[in-house]
Amino acid sequence: MNAHHLYVHLPFCSHRCGYCDFVTVTGHEGDHGGYVDALLGELELERGLLSDEVDTIFLGGGTPTFTEPAALARLLAGLPRAAETTVEANPETVTPGLAALLREHGVNRVSLGAQSFQPHLLETLERRARPEDVRGAVHTLRDAGFDNVSLDLIYGIPGQSVGDLERDLAEALALEPEHLSCYELEAKPGTRFTHAHGEELERQANAMEGYFERVVETLTGAGYRWYETANFCRFDDERDGDRDLRSGHNLGYWLGHDYLGIGVGAVSTVAGMRWRNAPSLPRYLASLRRGERPQRELEPLAADVRARERVLLGLRLDEPLSTAGLNGALDHDALARLQRLGLADVRDGGATLALTRRGRFLGGGVTAELLV
Amino acid sequence: MDQAKIRNFSIIAHIDHGKSTLADRILQVTDTVADRDMKEQLLDSMELERERGITIKAQAVRVLWRGHQLNLIDTPGHVDFTYEVSRSLQACEGALLVVDAAQGIEAQTLANAYLAIENNLEIVPIVNKIDLPQADPDGAAAEVADLVGDDPERVLRISAKTGQGVEDVLDAIIERIPAPTGDAAAPARALIFDSSYDQYRGVVAFVRVVDGRFETGEPLRAMAQGTRFEAEELGFLTPDRRPVKTLEAGEVGYVITGLKDVSKLGVGDTLTSEKRPAKEPLPGYKEVKPMVFAGLFPTDSDAYPELRDALERLKLNDGALFYEPETSQALGFGFRCGFLGLLHMEIVRERLEREFDLDLIVTAPNVAYRVRPRPGADWVEVHNPSDMPTEIDEVEEPYIKASIIVPKEYVGAVMELCNDRRGTFDHMEYLSEERVHLVYELPLGEIVLDFYDQLKSRTRGYASFDYDMAGFKPGHLVRVDVLVAGEPVDALSLIIHREFAYDRGKLLVERLRKEIPRQFFDVAIQAAIGARIIARETVKAKRKDVLAKCYGGDISRKRKLLEKQKKGKKRMKQVGGVEVPQEAFLAVLNLDDRK
Repeated sequence: MNAHHLYVHLPFCSHRCGYCDFVTVTGHEGDHGGYVDALLGELELERGLLSDEVDTIFLGGGTPTFTEPAALARLLAGLPRAAETTVEANPETVTPGLAALLREHGVNRVSLGAQSFQPHLLETLERRARPEDVRGAVHTLRDAGFDNVSLDLIYGIPGQSVGDLERDLAEALALEPEHLSCYELEAKPGTRFTHAHGEELERQANAMEGYFERVVETLTGAGYRWYETANFCRFDDERDGDRDLRSGHNLGYWLGHDYLGIGVGAVSTVAGMRWRNAPSLPRYLASLRRGERPQRELEPLAADVRARERVLLGLRLDEPLSTAGLNGALDHDALARLQRLGLADVRDGGATLALTRRGRFLGGGVTAELLV
Repeated sequence: MDQAKIRNFSIIAHIDHGKSTLADRILQVTDTVADRDMKEQLLDSMELERERGITIKAQAVRVLWRGHQLNLIDTPGHVDFTYEVSRSLQACEGALLVVDAAQGIEAQTLANAYLAIENNLEIVPIVNKIDLPQADPDGAAAEVADLVGDDPERVLRISAKTGQGVEDVLDAIIERIPAPTGDAAAPARALIFDSSYDQYRGVVAFVRVVDGRFETGEPLRAMAQGTRFEAEELGFLTPDRRPVKTLEAGEVGYVITGLKDVSKLGVGDTLTSEKRPAKEPLPGYKEVKPMVFAGLFPTDSDAYPELRDALERLKLNDGALFYEPETSQALGFGFRCGFLGLLHMEIVRERLEREFDLDLIVTAPNVAYRVRPRPGADWVEVHNPSDMPTEIDEVEEPYIKASIIVPKEYVGAVMELCNDRRGTFDHMEYLSEERVHLVYELPLGEIVLDFYDQLKSRTRGYASFDYDMAGFKPGHLVRVDVLVAGEPVDALSLIIHREFAYDRGKLLVERLRKEIPRQFFDVAIQAAIGARIIARETVKAKRKDVLAKCYGGDISRKRKLLEKQKKGKKRMKQVGGVEVPQEAFLAVLNLDDRK
């Protein structure tokens, strides 16, 4: 079984935002070319794990669009063709030149890290983009012919009010993106961000349930499909016909498909084995320069673990989860209890399982209860 | 030995007034213990006793002085052991009443002095610590003399610490305390005033021979309990065991019985010889009944067998400790334990934690209740609020007669406290111009929670407190249950005076609302008397509980997070389908509004 999904990690950023916990690297502009060499080297080494027919490719970061254009172009040229190729971009990096470069190299979906349209919130998040950069980036992409643009929004930002959130949602909707991801701010304990905003984060945490409801209500009210806990896609027959605007790549994760990840810190899951490349950039580069695989942390996934993951991922989606092969992972007493509480729903004579609308708002806790 | 040459005596003193030091000094002055073997406070053999400066288990030591055999019978120094004290005193003809020259009489001194007087003991009043700079020997002597009706000139003034006056004490024992007057020719009778457990030789009884004589190897019987055994060894303590062939009328010593169960030889029972048994036992035996009860649960439910073993071992040496298995839906498997009083409870708990390395949850203590469910029905005793029948015709609760001594400026504060706790004023007397002795009758149930702490804090630590059981009296008591999502939580039921039920119930549900995490549904928390709800709070349902995002890079982490969450849920107690963390119960059990 070979993977149909490829993830490529580009760690470079102009600046590390205070709340960020991804593998990122600043101040290594000179290494972009070398890093792309290493990526293509790793891809070559793992080519056998990848299906001849790749469905989706996702370039994540970091800020992939911060990568030197020539290096980025060389990388894109070296990747296989796929039905969906997504690149993550920060609004301020999206120029007509970049948009054209992406188009030329087969990128057909861009995920914009907008986060907010309020200047004071962007500042708190240490984002470089201004609100007009976000709007400008969308227009630039549209002009370049992109018909699949996603926006990321964050809520629960220190200093944010319900009004701020409503304005952010309205601004985002006004841009008519095909897709929206809305995340609550996860401030990791011990980070400088948490340290700086402790009390206000506490206040935001208490408001979070209200924000979440507001997000779901507003976006579904605007005709978007709440297809995953934090993800929404446009759902308009007249306009989009039968286009499925869900993120095909991420859907792969949520449906429990195998995926190959390349790059520093990248994670792969193929044929019951998961591994994570070591997060050190110099070591990653050194290994690949020697033509060797990077250092990795291996995690064999036993059948029961995979079954639990299928449940935890699958229940994030709005479509019912097929329970075939998953009964061993489910606590049936808990399921009966959750059904009584109107949080879970068994359909098709037990063949599928879905959460109710209220159940989805409580999806994490419900899943914890459901798992054996 | 000729009874005329024997003197049996106890020492009565308040904590820290110098009982143990005087006892040690007596052993030294009489050359019973060589100076080099002298450990400080030899008689208090348990570590805990030493630390707390109190004697929990009495022992008896024989010393020789100017041709006489003096037997010092040590008494437990605390209110919880009043009955044991009274038996120790019954084994004596006299008592040394020791009072600190700086502190004067305390409530405990008073209680034990009255006990001694009731037992017709000759009292030798002593003022100790006259070497202290703040000592007021004359003032203290006047108080003591007044108490025992003696001439202040006859009050001995000593310093047990320096040894000053200790020889005079020994002389006074011989001169003032009468010799025993048992019938040496009568059938043998001995009073058991204490017992302990020796892991190799079984129960060791400490006895005062009243009539006749006992011989090693002969079959004996405890008359009240009917326990039969052979006197494997007789002897006396110096304080090491010294075996002898016989123990005779007037003497004090020990009997090694080989029995395995200390509760088969109750304090106060009479030993007699099977060959020529006495017709009548000595007067005054009664079964010691625990009055204060609490649930003991291991924090870690896996430690239940260890707790059981530990209680078994403590019980070997402590006939007054009672325990039976208890299952609480909130706290799991544990034991309902009965104690003589609060100190006894505290000692048992500390020993379990310290000597057996157990982490315990102790529920709020309650007292024993007597209940008659219907008119004409039998009375039943209830040790656990959740066992209280819902149908009650009559209910009685134990009362105490509390003796409180305070400087006069705190009389108001003490009276207020006693009134708050449903106390009835009995009487009040001035011990001196400054110090007042207050006597109240109070329900024991009002004492078990924090009365003593309150008394201390409201009198800046100046009050001393002692009590005697004063029997059962009817009370307007109700059982308040706490219901979570409609289901009663056994560990939180309480029995309380009707008048306090509403406030207490309200406080309980308020506290519980704060402690119970939000669930997937609204959770009603109610306090109820029978079917009547007296207070209600609601824990509102959770509206959001999701992992913010989950992509290829963090599936493992999110999975582990949920697995951890699931484990946490498993550890929580289910009450009415509601997950309640153990901490919530603890917070509520420790509830006290009257601080």
